[in-house]
Amino acid sequence: MSADLAPDASSAPALEVIGLQTRFGTHVVHDNLNLSVRRGEVLGLVGASGSGKSVLFNTILGLLNPTAGDVRLLGERAGADGEARREAVKSRIGVLFQGGALFSALSVRDNVAAPLREHTGLSSAMMARLADAKIALVGLEAYAGDLFPADLSGGMRKRVGLARALALDPELLFLDEPTAGLDPISAAAFDNLILELKAALDLTVVMITHDLDSLYAITDRVAVIAEKHIVACAPVAELETSNHPWIQAYFHGPRGRAAERAATSALKGAR
Amino acid sequence: MTKAPADFQMVETTQGVALALIGDWTAEGLQRLPETFVRTLKGRTVVAIDTDKLGRMDTAGALVLTQSGVARALLEAPDQRPDLRRLAVLAQSPSPVPPPTTQQIHGLYRLLVGLGHGVVLAAQQMLANLVFYGHLIVAIGRMLRAPRRFRPAAVVSQMQRAGLDAMPIVMGTNFFVGVTIAFLGAGLLKQFGASIFTVDLVGVGVLREFAVLITAVILAGRSASSFAAEIGAMRMNQEVDAMQVMGVDPFDALVIPRFFGLIAMTPLLTFAGMMAGVLGGVMISWVTLDLSPALFLGRMSAQVDIRHFWLGIGKSPVMAMVIAAIGCRQGMEVGGDVEQLGRRVTQAVVQALFAIIIIDAVFALIYMELNL
Repeated sequence: MSADLAPDASSAPALEVIGLQTRFGTHVVHDNLNLSVRRGEVLGLVGASGSGKSVLFNTILGLLNPTAGDVRLLGERAGADGEARREAVKSRIGVLFQGGALFSALSVRDNVAAPLREHTGLSSAMMARLADAKIALVGLEAYAGDLFPADLSGGMRKRVGLARALALDPELLFLDEPTAGLDPISAAAFDNLILELKAALDLTVVMITHDLDSLYAITDRVAVIAEKHIVACAPVAELETSNHPWIQAYFHGPRGRAAERAATSALKGAR
Repeated sequence: MTKAPADFQMVETTQGVALALIGDWTAEGLQRLPETFVRTLKGRTVVAIDTDKLGRMDTAGALVLTQSGVARALLEAPDQRPDLRRLAVLAQSPSPVPPPTTQQIHGLYRLLVGLGHGVVLAAQQMLANLVFYGHLIVAIGRMLRAPRRFRPAAVVSQMQRAGLDAMPIVMGTNFFVGVTIAFLGAGLLKQFGASIFTVDLVGVGVLREFAVLITAVILAGRSASSFAAEIGAMRMNQEVDAMQVMGVDPFDALVIPRFFGLIAMTPLLTFAGMMAGVLGGVMISWVTLDLSPALFLGRMSAQVDIRHFWLGIGKSPVMAMVIAAIGCRQGMEVGGDVEQLGRRVTQAVVQALFAIIIIDAVFALIYMELNL
């Protein structure tokens, strides 16, 4: 990490979840869940299917209200300080949903320009140019701007979703399974894209992923959800030595070992 | 975070202009500045760039600088802020090529082209409808040869959802139609001293025409749309593909149960509608004409021929077939996105309503020729 990207010690964490409890009826999903994301890092979020990753994601984004506890986005307490401040925070975060969640009635260019239309006073010509620039930034050809979401492949959809998430140059980027459903080559390309953009745009990235290759390749730290809270939050290398049974099984299963081998050989290759 | 609106200052020198950037050059701070900026700098060379008063800058700001040719000055300055340098490089990465502009057509020609498209589209729709009916007939024939393909449980489920559940709304609507006819009839016929003929009007009108038409209209709104939406959603979810792979014919599993379910229930619903309509007539006659229900029904059974009932109810299975077929066909046509689903559901309702009115007119013609 270069010097100018180092997390600013004086500023608040990019994301802070304090004592979060989420409950549906009698079913407790999270209990006393704490998580802190430093500025400038890439944090992976892993957990078994049904462990409440998506619920946590939605709670952080304000789509779900927690039963108890606090979520602070970029130092602002979500929900507590009134609509205006919350809206202000919204323009500083970007979200890539799992399926892209593109607006099917809008062209790719209009999809990317949608946040600009909502939050800025730019002229429409400028918005279109800026949208085109973002489309190029995520590695899509210029003609993609005129296509509609229905015409796109899964990988292109994710790239367009990413371009839309980046439309306002957010400080904090949320990715929900960014590489799920992509072939390994596209997935690796997408990982690289995220790393490049993170360096170029000074992003903090929080990503849910099940892709072990992504975890090894791009995350600075990985948070593990199990037993209704975060059981560990550390770099992958450290998690490997954890003696928590689920983490053990996760990283030392056949897939985990293969991903680790790939990561170490890539490192050697780089040297 | 405080926001300062973006601005700039220029000082003309002999070599060119010295530029000072002020405020936040971000997507939110720029407003309409880009146009002014590009216009002002057109034809001038920037020799120096001062970023002391510059707040934050994002890719939007960097893009404006690139487009006005200022970014090079930013890159060449030796002691530049690292974030600005990075952004300038980013915005200079291959600028997107403008897409090939499609040829614009105008005026009368455009109108004609639109009309032609419309005609072709309508013809395609008709053809697709016929193809679907062909499919349906083949599927029914296949089912008759191998009755094992019939799914009684699915048919009964559809009968409940499309038929029984529609009972209250069908009866309610028909009741008020009966009320309206009786009101109008009583008012008009009273002028001729023939208010007793209200009974004939309600009897013939409701039995022969209104009950079946109103019931069909409600089913077109209720069932054609839900058939299209259900099957369409299943298509979007690849459920229909999964069925086909399993060797289940979607016609057998999805279309035929809806088709027969609706055919079985529509005559019953129409009958219920007739009863409700007549009830409406009875009530109004009782209130406005002081005609007791016994007298009303007595006159009705004496004066209104039973053939009106059969003519009315005879139309209902045909209506059911058309509604079910149009709804199912539009559902099966859905592919891809949500918008298409909405369009198909709308089309199902519109086409079903249109078909119902046409069919009713055709029946009126046939009955007239047969002197019924």
